[in-house]
Amino acid sequence: MRRLVVLGAGTAGTMVVDKLRRRLARADWLITVVEPRDQHYYQPGFLFLPFGEYTPDQLTRPVAPLISPGVELVHAEVDRVVTTDDQVVLADGRRVDYDYLVIATGVCPRPEQTPGLLDGGHWRRTIFDFYTYEGALALAEALDRFDGGRLVVHITEMPIKCPVAPLEFAFLADEFLRGRGIRDRTELVYATPLPGAFTKPVAAARLGSMLDERKIAIEPDFLVERIEDRSLVSYDERRIPFDLLVTVPLNMGADFVARSGLGDELNLVPVDRHTFLAKGHDNIFAIGDANDIPTSKAGSVAHFSVDVFARNFTDLAAGKPMTGRFDGHANCFVESGRGRGLLIDFNYDTEPLPGTYPVPGVGPFRLLGESPVNHWGKRAFRWMYWNLLLPGRPLPLPAHMSMAGKHQPSTKE
Amino acid sequence: MPVTTIAGRDIHVDDEGFLTAYEEWDPELARSLAGRIGIELTDAHWKALTFLREDYAAQGETATLRRVSVVGGIPTKELFTLFPKKPAKKMAYVAGLPKPHGCV
Repeated sequence: MRRLVVLGAGTAGTMVVDKLRRRLARADWLITVVEPRDQHYYQPGFLFLPFGEYTPDQLTRPVAPLISPGVELVHAEVDRVVTTDDQVVLADGRRVDYDYLVIATGVCPRPEQTPGLLDGGHWRRTIFDFYTYEGALALAEALDRFDGGRLVVHITEMPIKCPVAPLEFAFLADEFLRGRGIRDRTELVYATPLPGAFTKPVAAARLGSMLDERKIAIEPDFLVERIEDRSLVSYDERRIPFDLLVTVPLNMGADFVARSGLGDELNLVPVDRHTFLAKGHDNIFAIGDANDIPTSKAGSVAHFSVDVFARNFTDLAAGKPMTGRFDGHANCFVESGRGRGLLIDFNYDTEPLPGTYPVPGVGPFRLLGESPVNHWGKRAFRWMYWNLLLPGRPLPLPAHMSMAGKHQPSTKE
Repeated sequence: MPVTTIAGRDIHVDDEGFLTAYEEWDPELARSLAGRIGIELTDAHWKALTFLREDYAAQGETATLRRVSVVGGIPTKELFTLFPKKPAKKMAYVAGLPKPHGCV
């Protein structure tokens, strides 16, 4: 009997165990997943909570029923992985042996890493995040109370989960403030460490002009050093005062990754970008946000990654070489307000391009252009997440990116 | 791949002028590259450049500012003083390394 241990029952970890339980014979493989939380959150929904869309119960489900029968769920925190003994030490002292280990503990916001954010007396008073359930709910109340002034949307440092979410937040805030009749009394500022609205040139130009159209001022190349006197202060001493700050704190991987000697400077596990095998190890993988692959930290990446990984691992279990190679495929709907959205689709080598995205029976969706169908696609995704994605059922989306429908603009910005 | 002449030598660069061949770089070239963006190299600059070169050789990727700060031990504040405005990009340029890819 061999044992696969998965750390984390978030989006990636749940998909891994649910897919592999069907592929690995129960007589041969014990599958264990370790997760400290009781509740699983539909994280893409956090974006909408501050605007009063979605009720909290639409975004949470208990963890246990999401885990396939035949998978052992261990409710515990991880203290560390002892790689020399192939053993996971839990915070309560229990030890779990593994033949293969998958680290899927993601990243989380770390506001304590920026001086003045958590400790300046303004946290959840004039400073909010929306990447946590509690933060998004607290922000909803603050937005209801907000009566104009300067609202700053801010990213601390890349990489972050769902890198388009702060842009979406800015678009939705614009619409929300218009609806409340206080947009003309509100200055909206988008402060980012990137040189523009997004990392990739064609999308950055398109999304940048969408900020312009909504009169949202962008402050690029802004790397925050500290918060003081209700201002963001950058390392090169630029100051951005705010009345309401919506920040995306530094994202870091789990601390046990660092304690186990498996992480980089952000506690991300360095892996082979095509197979997710941790560098320097032959029986440890890291999948989803927990690894350091150069693509978006997003559920879509986790999903496409798990497709490749599950096939590879099945081969590995059968004593065959892993032949699947992940191409960095990511796609996401970008909510742009007023019932419209964009869709972007890209991989390691191809940046998001305009065009159409063919999906049999549903599409086509419009790529990098606003349309209502993309908005509804985004809304429908919540149902797909709970009912198809997490249980590891097939979605009509191929794991590898396709150039079908995409257009390369003749001149680049 | 464009070829340009810097300090009397043919050097392979990308569209934005970042070197594309690790081994074509040497300290003399670094001084010349730094001069092009208005920087005169001091010992403090060299400490950062040396870390970047060695880290790239080991990791195969250009270090982020956080990595230079946490692993290389040079505070981010100092990097902004040494390479004003866009330290990550400027350091990579002078160190003859690929532009650090903004993670998406």
